[in-house]
Amino acid sequence: MTETISDWPAPAPGAAPLPRMVMAQAGLELRTLLRNGEQLLLTLIIPVLLLVVFSSEALISIGRGSRIGFLAPGILALAVMSTSFTSLAIGTAFERRYGVLKRLGATPLSRTGLIAAKAVTVGVVEAGQVVVIVGVSLALGWQPRISGLSVGSALALLVLGSAAFSGLAMLMAGTLRAEATLAAANLVYLVLLGIGGVVFPLTKFPAAMRPVLRSLPSGAMSDGLRSVLRYGGGLPGRDLLVLALWAIAGIGIAARTFRWE
Amino acid sequence: MCPVAPSQEHESPCVRFPHRLANVSTPPAVEITGLVKTYGRTTAVAGLSLLAERGQVTAVLGPNGAGKTTTVETCEGYRRPDGGTVRVLGLDPIRDARALRPRVGVMLQSGGVPTSARAGDYLRVLSRFYARPVDPGLLLDRLGLAESARTPFRRLSGGQQQRLSLAAAIVGRPDLVFLDEPTAGLDPQARHATWDLIAALRESGTTVILTTHYLEEAERLADRVVIIDHGKLVIEGTPAELTGTVGQLRFRAEPGLDTASLLAALPPGSVAKESPAGAYLIELTGGVDPQIVATVTAWCADQGVLAQSLRIESRTLEDVFLELTGRELRS
Repeated sequence: MTETISDWPAPAPGAAPLPRMVMAQAGLELRTLLRNGEQLLLTLIIPVLLLVVFSSEALISIGRGSRIGFLAPGILALAVMSTSFTSLAIGTAFERRYGVLKRLGATPLSRTGLIAAKAVTVGVVEAGQVVVIVGVSLALGWQPRISGLSVGSALALLVLGSAAFSGLAMLMAGTLRAEATLAAANLVYLVLLGIGGVVFPLTKFPAAMRPVLRSLPSGAMSDGLRSVLRYGGGLPGRDLLVLALWAIAGIGIAARTFRWE
Repeated sequence: MCPVAPSQEHESPCVRFPHRLANVSTPPAVEITGLVKTYGRTTAVAGLSLLAERGQVTAVLGPNGAGKTTTVETCEGYRRPDGGTVRVLGLDPIRDARALRPRVGVMLQSGGVPTSARAGDYLRVLSRFYARPVDPGLLLDRLGLAESARTPFRRLSGGQQQRLSLAAAIVGRPDLVFLDEPTAGLDPQARHATWDLIAALRESGTTVILTTHYLEEAERLADRVVIIDHGKLVIEGTPAELTGTVGQLRFRAEPGLDTASLLAALPPGSVAKESPAGAYLIELTGGVDPQIVATVTAWCADQGVLAQSLRIESRTLEDVFLELTGRELRS
């Protein structure tokens, strides 16, 4: 053993400023995420692959209009879902299982600080996803309707959708066993990929089901994004309201039920 | 300035370091009064009271299931007492958690580190949570982890994981650290490095509360030893107080000697045992002196037997521990 420190310095305890703690923790989470191959597959490779495959082949019937114009908003919704729901739920569940959350509870980083760090991590990953997906979509000939209202509405949908899915992810991770969360989060991802208006238009489902599907966070997000980016529609009030209600309910219940150990 | 004292030098003047005189009115590091903690129908801690002074190393010993971890985790604010009070640095571990967290370092018995985080990255990030941390690189080096800095936590050996957890507990220069079995599963080199570090922490004025199964560790490091069993305090004191002045004299001779006449010649309170046959153990409450050795050998000569392998020993903490907590195995 080396004797680099011949003596230990006297105690000098003190917490760092909250922003420094949050950024340090978010940095660790981001680096861990980026080194994890499965996470990269989920957050980037699958959405881009779906975008390329479904836009080039006549695999699905999307009705009138450009194929990429239909797909790009749906894939953006899928990307948000993969990060703020599947990836966040699985990551947090295993952190809970391995005592990482318990150990963090003994550091000066408060629970609020930890949640802020996770929000920063999710936000940074999603920003990267949006850049890549928009870039690939434009390369595939996407011509979105650009206006202050459409871009603003799209950003609001992405942020509120992210909040809604994050709340549901934390609800799952904080109550179920890690293995159960792993299975359930992947299953929900697949189901919502099918019925969330991501690659299959909601108009293909029976009329009775459509209001239900549009009231799920995935349906509301893809529907809202499509209405502003594809059709240049006005403020998607109903979809924003649906997402806000999911966010309030999900985060509220998660905050009450989350078990840190 | 005291050198980093060899940890066994309990009588060294360096142990009475100036920080202990600094402020008489500061509350003790840990003060537990009548702590009760139950899990369903199981009582983990049943009315435990104990006191740990600042600037000292206090070792909490006890068989598996004695309530050590529950007690420590209550001090760390992880468990809410069902009865009694717990004060850490004079504060309530749950109500005053915000004030305590920067001042208290915690090493859990296992885990707590994200499995895919790299050792160096993890420690550097944790150090960023504190206002005046030690250099994480130097700390890794001191604990022999410098070469594993880029290794993900799950690929570290068990001993390396333990040392990283220890580093994480002390990187923020806390007033008080709780170490739950810090040397469990370590090889001798790593164990000695950990002991040196704990001794250095004490020299610096850091209070250390550690749980351990290694009685040698407690004997070497601790200013005070607390033995708990069945959720209650069994005994506490300095290692010297606990092992006491009891001396032991062992020898081998032919089996079945009548030791009553020997005991009559020895100070009152002495005990003679023969176990197994032919192995004699004489325990003397006042210790062994040359006169006692002469008495024993003279008695052997009277009996016409030769005392073989005659040894004089003092009790170890392990003897005390087994005496007080019994020899039956715990779950």
